[in-house]
Amino acid sequence: MTGAPISGGTTPLGPSEVVRIESLSKSFGKLAVLRGIDLAVREHEVVCLIGASGSGKSTLLRCINLLEPIDAGRILMDGADISLPGVDDNKVRRRIGIVFQAFNLFPHMSVLDNVTLGPRRVLRMPRDQAERDATELLARFGLADKRDEYPDRLSGGQQQRVAIVRALAMHPELMLLDEITSALDPELVAEVLSVVRELAAGGMTMIIATHEMGFARDIANRVCFLDAGRILEEGPPSQIFSTPSQPRTRQFLDRVIAAGRM
Amino acid sequence: MTPPSGPPVQPAAINGRRRRDGGRSTLIALVSTVVFFSLVGWVIVSSSSWPQVQQDFFDGGVFWRSLPEIVGALITNIQLFLIAEVLVLALGLLLAVLRSLPGPVFFPVRLLAIAWADVFRGLPSILIIYLLGFGVSALGIPGLPNDPFFWAVVSLTLVYTAYVSEVYRAGIESIHPSQAAAARSLGLTRAQALRHVVIPQAVRRVIPPLLNDFIGLQKDSVLVSLIGVVEAFRTANIQQEALFNYTPYVALGAVFLVMTLPLTRLTDYLVARDRRRYLAGAR
Repeated sequence: MTGAPISGGTTPLGPSEVVRIESLSKSFGKLAVLRGIDLAVREHEVVCLIGASGSGKSTLLRCINLLEPIDAGRILMDGADISLPGVDDNKVRRRIGIVFQAFNLFPHMSVLDNVTLGPRRVLRMPRDQAERDATELLARFGLADKRDEYPDRLSGGQQQRVAIVRALAMHPELMLLDEITSALDPELVAEVLSVVRELAAGGMTMIIATHEMGFARDIANRVCFLDAGRILEEGPPSQIFSTPSQPRTRQFLDRVIAAGRM
Repeated sequence: MTPPSGPPVQPAAINGRRRRDGGRSTLIALVSTVVFFSLVGWVIVSSSSWPQVQQDFFDGGVFWRSLPEIVGALITNIQLFLIAEVLVLALGLLLAVLRSLPGPVFFPVRLLAIAWADVFRGLPSILIIYLLGFGVSALGIPGLPNDPFFWAVVSLTLVYTAYVSEVYRAGIESIHPSQAAAARSLGLTRAQALRHVVIPQAVRRVIPPLLNDFIGLQKDSVLVSLIGVVEAFRTANIQQEALFNYTPYVALGAVFLVMTLPLTRLTDYLVARDRRRYLAGAR
């Protein structure tokens, strides 16, 4: 279950850590959403964030990707604090892929253009190379025949898979998945989760906010239970899901089980 | 399920019903139209002063005699509004983008953009045409042309850029922030996200109000006759004074309708086609 230490860790932080978050806090007005988050994710590790709605899972992911400015704490990649003012957030974001609950595909672009936008405009890749890469990625995730479609002609599951491919096309070091199956019809969840499983098998480092407990148990190396803006408990899924030490975690899991989500 | 991208799609059921009732509806519409306009026509024609009005405004001979010259002079209006429209399209977008720039550094730029929009929407067009056409050219600043046509283009551009920038701004603001966030998350800069993701969607959405403003601009092109540009309205005016008959104005009106109606229809068609492409395909 460990992120097997890979050679050449150049960071002074720890062996092959992709990202390290230290005492991160974030408020929206008076509402404290994150209250001192500490989390380090190693290369090839899959970390699942679980917790009730409003516990701060999505905000944490958006902070890591610098979509939300943070109030206190540090976010380190390669030993450098990426949350400092003056850091080129565009350079940071191209290293971190994020997939949103609502897909957020660009409706005026074909699937191919959605996927090649980042590589062409950000990585300055020539069009034919970007399109070759994109076509290959789309084929890998069963979307080869959707290449020239517009997003509105795809099912929710297909749209979300395209959104994943769009993020992957930037060859990110880290993928953030923000409740990517929550907006899907139940029968479409499996196709999206199987894509994520494939990514994990391929060694992608991921932080996944999810309500799919069964999926979290299968895929995570580590599960973090968030409660009121703190990581209340973390550990391997076997421990968190069967013998949680915190009463709040137990309560949450009991509710999830009662709702038939596990 | 999909990101919001416009008004809701028409349910197929409505189309179905419309088709079934089509024959009867057409008949009712036809009868009602004929009755309505016959009635209006009868009321007008039966008025006691109609023969005088007909002679002053609807003289067929005068109409056809004045038409060629008016159409010839319309070339000036067309040149005027085509140049202004190109400038307005570009400057309006620029103004809208400038106004959306974030941060305290750009405060003066935002202020300028807001002032432009406020002043030129707040003043009557005719006042601006007068002030620029007579006032600024009277200053005789070296390098600035004295040609009324030049000042006509400048005036209409200033006024309509103010309107069109507001249209663009509404369009930009109507694109959900999650679209920009998705673009930024790929590493695109603010400007790239605007250029490749937000503006293309915004422009598509504002084509109808944009075209409305252009129809307004085309009509307002006659206002510049007041600073000495000899265009269609001035030509009709000259003929009216020469012939003691108002029919040239009616001819001018007919010419304007012929010019603007196809444009309106074309816009509606383009919008409908676009909407089909982006919305109707879902599911």
